Amino acid sequence: MSVETKRIKPLLQNIFSRPLFNALLLSLLVLPFTGPKTAVLLLFASLLLLLSAKLSRKLSSGFTHIKGISSLISLISRYRSQMLFLLALLLCITPVLHNSPYTVDVLTLCLIYSILALGLNVIVGMTGLLHLGFAAFYAIGAYTYALFSINVGISFWLAATLSAIIAALSGFILAFPALRLKGDYLAIVTLGFGEILRIILNNWKEVTNGPNGISKIPPPSIFGYSLDNLGHFFYLSLAVAILVFVVIGRVEQSAIGRAWVAIREDEIAASSLGIDVTRYKLMSFAFGSFWAGLAGALFASKMGFISPESFTFLESALILCMVILGGLGSRYGAVAGAFILIGIPELLRDVQTYRMLFLGITLIILMLFMPGGIGGKRAVSVYIKG
Amino acid sequence: MILQQIINGLTLGSVYSLIALGYTMVYGILEFINFAHGEIYMLGAYLGIIFLAFFTAIGLTTSNLWLSLVLTSLLTIAFCACYGFFIERFAYKPLRDAPRLSPLISAIGVSIFLQNFVMLTQGATDLVFRIDAFEGSINLYGAQITYFQAVILGSCFLIMIGLSLFVNKTSIGKAMRATAQDKVMASLLGINVDLVISITFVIGASLAAVAGLMVAGYYGIVNYHIGYIAGLKAFTAAVLGGIGSISGAMMGGMALGLVESLGAAYISSDYKDVYAFLMLLLILLIRPQGIMGRRIEQKV
Repeated sequence: MSVETKRIKPLLQNIFSRPLFNALLLSLLVLPFTGPKTAVLLLFASLLLLLSAKLSRKLSSGFTHIKGISSLISLISRYRSQMLFLLALLLCITPVLHNSPYTVDVLTLCLIYSILALGLNVIVGMTGLLHLGFAAFYAIGAYTYALFSINVGISFWLAATLSAIIAALSGFILAFPALRLKGDYLAIVTLGFGEILRIILNNWKEVTNGPNGISKIPPPSIFGYSLDNLGHFFYLSLAVAILVFVVIGRVEQSAIGRAWVAIREDEIAASSLGIDVTRYKLMSFAFGSFWAGLAGALFASKMGFISPESFTFLESALILCMVILGGLGSRYGAVAGAFILIGIPELLRDVQTYRMLFLGITLIILMLFMPGGIGGKRAVSVYIKG
Repeated sequence: MILQQIINGLTLGSVYSLIALGYTMVYGILEFINFAHGEIYMLGAYLGIIFLAFFTAIGLTTSNLWLSLVLTSLLTIAFCACYGFFIERFAYKPLRDAPRLSPLISAIGVSIFLQNFVMLTQGATDLVFRIDAFEGSINLYGAQITYFQAVILGSCFLIMIGLSLFVNKTSIGKAMRATAQDKVMASLLGINVDLVISITFVIGASLAAVAGLMVAGYYGIVNYHIGYIAGLKAFTAAVLGGIGSISGAMMGGMALGLVESLGAAYISSDYKDVYAFLMLLLILLIRPQGIMGRRIEQKV
């Protein structure tokens, strides 16, 4: 039996130990794809980068010993998720000062994804159940909203509530059999569910109109006053996002939230303390999916058009990345993660074709340097491997 | 008719099996879903076509077809093995002691990166390439086995026998099994765990490269996003067979291929991808540890 106390290895040492070798291998590997010119360019670029990283590591090791700087760094790093959250809030005020349709549009999208990330955070972050098909519930919410508001003609508020409730119900129904499974099996079942739902949406043409999607979804309205203006819709999303943030925060502090965290930390210990593990896991699934349904309704009414293309596995992976990037179980982190992962690709819009490439690299680098995510709390438990 | 579907299914299934082996071996040792594994398969398919096009351009294909095919295969496998090695070193190794989900996100990052890298350098449209070295077919009780299908089935069979011999009989294989059981204990007994993990990734990537080559030759058409759906299905196959079990991955892949081709032929081809996942759901509910997996007792 050994107690693992070491958490972060000197990771730079691992990666950059042999700059020349790595740079050569890298440029050789890309050679068939890019041709010789780019490969040689990459060789020099990566060599320069790797060498300077090695040099700066030597320099910075002397630098952080100065007391003031190190305490400042630790202060920033302790509250970084809260700081980013505040930054996100500040960003939400910008439409008041600078009302460009593009900024408002991106911020609205950030808010919708914040709701999704907060919802998934309940399942993955608080209860510790790996969920790879969250976009399915987002899709259920969006389609429910679209179908009800077009075919039945009920109001936004009723349709949105219905979407959330139906998403929660489907979360419950999926969780019922799936919760017999542990860890990665649960992950693959949720993933499978996401794929099945997407294929059904694609093929059940009588109801969902197949790959062409549903268009002309009515915008929300308050007291008969239609919110078809981007700015008004932004304030609606902001209000809903704040509501979700507060509600989830209250639940987190309640007995239910504590039970979830207990299950995440140690299932056996939790059940021996009288927590009905299955029941709380079901609640977590339903509660998390509820918000996904709500976000789906918001998304459908914002876009006015939905198709199965918007709910692929990449979407589920993106939402999961937001949660993990923000730090499991941290509400501030989830919102910060949503703003980062939606915002960074938008900032890179000028280099449109390369932005997904940058997203991939960003994810890797963020994980390498912050394996616990931005708001990652130090784990309470000590892991003992038998 | 049914025989034909079974043969098609087995061909498809052997490709899934080859990819699934990479998932299952890595999972067995690191308990980590290597999401970028499907992309290695995609890279293999692309590299095969790129190298063959290169050999055609310098005239080797017309003068000596077999030599160029062998060289293409060897180069593709070597490149993919290097990709596997490099990805593990760069994106996963520093995260070995990190929280469990961090390497998963890193792997998703690698996957997004590789897909877009190939899309940017090779274009977003389908890449079409046909080799006519394997034209013709064998007639078996009314079913047609094309020569290429025969090559795929035969080489998969050989690779699987070779892999089981490697894992069960050689000393590196023994070290791999020991590492899968207990990393700390294995390292105490003098096994170089880092090396074993690197070897596992290299073998997994080579097998995915072979699968990629086969698919590129079989369909003659590749796209930058083929890795994603194939990876998902191969992972499904690995879970189906019991993740961590090598023979399970082979069985799971074959079963998946059969279900998919029979389902597409007799029920509806629109829901081709649904059968695989439905079967997975059913198997997991009846037998959560997979077909060949062992039930692991929960310890406090």
